[in-house]
Amino acid sequence: MTVTIKATGQKPVRAQVTRKRGLGTMRGLPFVLPYLPFLVAFGILPVAYAFYLAVTTDTGGWAGFDNFTRTVRDYRFLPALEHILLYTGMWLGSLIVIVVGLALLLHGRANRVTSTFRFLFYIPGALAGASSVLVWLFMLDPSVSPGSFLLRNVLGSHLFVESIAPGKLPFVFAMIAFWTGAGGWIVVMYGALNTIPHDLEEAARVDGAGPITIALRLKLPLIRKWIAYMAILAFATGTQLFVEPQLVNQASLGQVPDTWSSNQLAYQLAFRYGDFNGAAAVSVDLIAVALIAAVVVVKRTGLFRIED
Amino acid sequence: MVLVSRGFRLLILTAFAAFFIVPIVWLVLAPTKSDEALVTNGPFAFGSLGNVALAWDHLDAFSNHIYRAWIGNSLLYALGATAIVLVTGVPAGYGLALSTFPGRRLVLTLTLIVMIMPAATLVLPIFLELDALHLIGSVLSVILPFSFFPFGVYLAYIYYSTAIPRDLLDAARIDGCGEWSTFRYVALPLAKPVVALVFFFSFVADWNNFFLPYAVLADSEQYPIQVGLSNLLSSTPSFNPATGGGGQQVGIFRPELALATLLAVIPVAIVFLLSQRALVRGLVAGAVKN
Repeated sequence: MTVTIKATGQKPVRAQVTRKRGLGTMRGLPFVLPYLPFLVAFGILPVAYAFYLAVTTDTGGWAGFDNFTRTVRDYRFLPALEHILLYTGMWLGSLIVIVVGLALLLHGRANRVTSTFRFLFYIPGALAGASSVLVWLFMLDPSVSPGSFLLRNVLGSHLFVESIAPGKLPFVFAMIAFWTGAGGWIVVMYGALNTIPHDLEEAARVDGAGPITIALRLKLPLIRKWIAYMAILAFATGTQLFVEPQLVNQASLGQVPDTWSSNQLAYQLAFRYGDFNGAAAVSVDLIAVALIAAVVVVKRTGLFRIED
Repeated sequence: MVLVSRGFRLLILTAFAAFFIVPIVWLVLAPTKSDEALVTNGPFAFGSLGNVALAWDHLDAFSNHIYRAWIGNSLLYALGATAIVLVTGVPAGYGLALSTFPGRRLVLTLTLIVMIMPAATLVLPIFLELDALHLIGSVLSVILPFSFFPFGVYLAYIYYSTAIPRDLLDAARIDGCGEWSTFRYVALPLAKPVVALVFFFSFVADWNNFFLPYAVLADSEQYPIQVGLSNLLSSTPSFNPATGGGGQQVGIFRPELALATLLAVIPVAIVFLLSQRALVRGLVAGAVKN
């Protein structure tokens, strides 16, 4: 061993260091072991079990695609799909245009005002889950809302039930999701903008580019990976909508169906009808969407590294 | 011209800031007013602190102090699960970052994919699995799924593979530290910022999770606060005229509901303030990843 090092210099030294760092050994495995049962039990097994239930009957026999075709033909399936696609489209559009726009505006100049705005935008993120929906039920009630003027004139609603009329729901849910989620994304986009080298901006300015040209022709293309990441993630999340319509259903005296979104339909199939195989089939549809989105993000955007 | 564009920029930012902040200001002020004053007074009028106390009395009396039980449950679920996340996730990130073993790439890829999948995707499958295992309705059916937090593993992994010089760990080993001591006395103390980040994200994700406990718990005594809030919503006559008579009996009106929502946010605000410094740095660092 010593002979080799003397004879060839640099290379074997590196090899030795590599070995010391344990590459190719089992050294790190004990640290990972306690995590593995959780990964298997709540990451992999639920998916596998849902697939199993989706292709079997309630007695455990092979069902092929029966559960899938049966649930797709359910009269609630297509309306739910239409709802979440409309909602996701609106949410996605608002995220891409407004979040990126606000991040660019904030990045225009770095000062204390900017960090205050970022903080203000981020605050509603603390009210995810049921809390944000409750806040917005108040905001949508013209009798108490500080925005009653907007409700009457823009949304055209004079009563709470008019604010949650079926045609307005995709917009209302998109607004709630935007309210809670946009601030976090603005922080991320702002962080991405900060990675753009200063020299590049300076060079563009020297060449006579104004702030708008710099924002649209220089900064925007440089953060497109992050915009794609946000869009894919928002699309996946949007399709899984559950909390918002579930709570609005409770506050609407049945005006809003409890199967408004696909995830709600899966839930109702399991809980109200005990149809676990049908519920699993709808779940598998949703898993497929989320899985494809996740794999695209991991494999294509290059934002998540896995070193060898 | 410069002045005009600067003013325009400020105008847009202020308008959006209002959109984000006005609902919260309203929420803070709402419990100071009676249900009637909410309608008749201006939305930003301040009532009195006496009304807040009154609203709390009604809220606390609701269903035999169940509101306190919901907050306690949420603390138990979020803190219990986050403790498990820290104990399993941070070492896992360390192990994945600083050594290779067969299957490492697979574990990392699966972790990433589940991390990116929306949390709501796996709720029904987890419910079906727990049902097959007859765990539905137990406290563990919430805490154990919450304890799987791939984002925490990924944060620790990124931190250990970028921010910790490997030579430092090698130095500890040359000084005679075993694998465990190297982690315990060198790698773990260096990871304080990432521990704060994982704590924050895991706690907030668990605290705000509605769907999973909603699906796996049946007894309202076991509900966490988010599911409890939906229970309160069903008892508020202005959103549920069907419970009009019931509303009089249980005393839950809009000020009570607003107070319940507001109090439910306080733990998240406290955790946010505690980990804010690590958070701001971490969010920016997370944005770079190069």
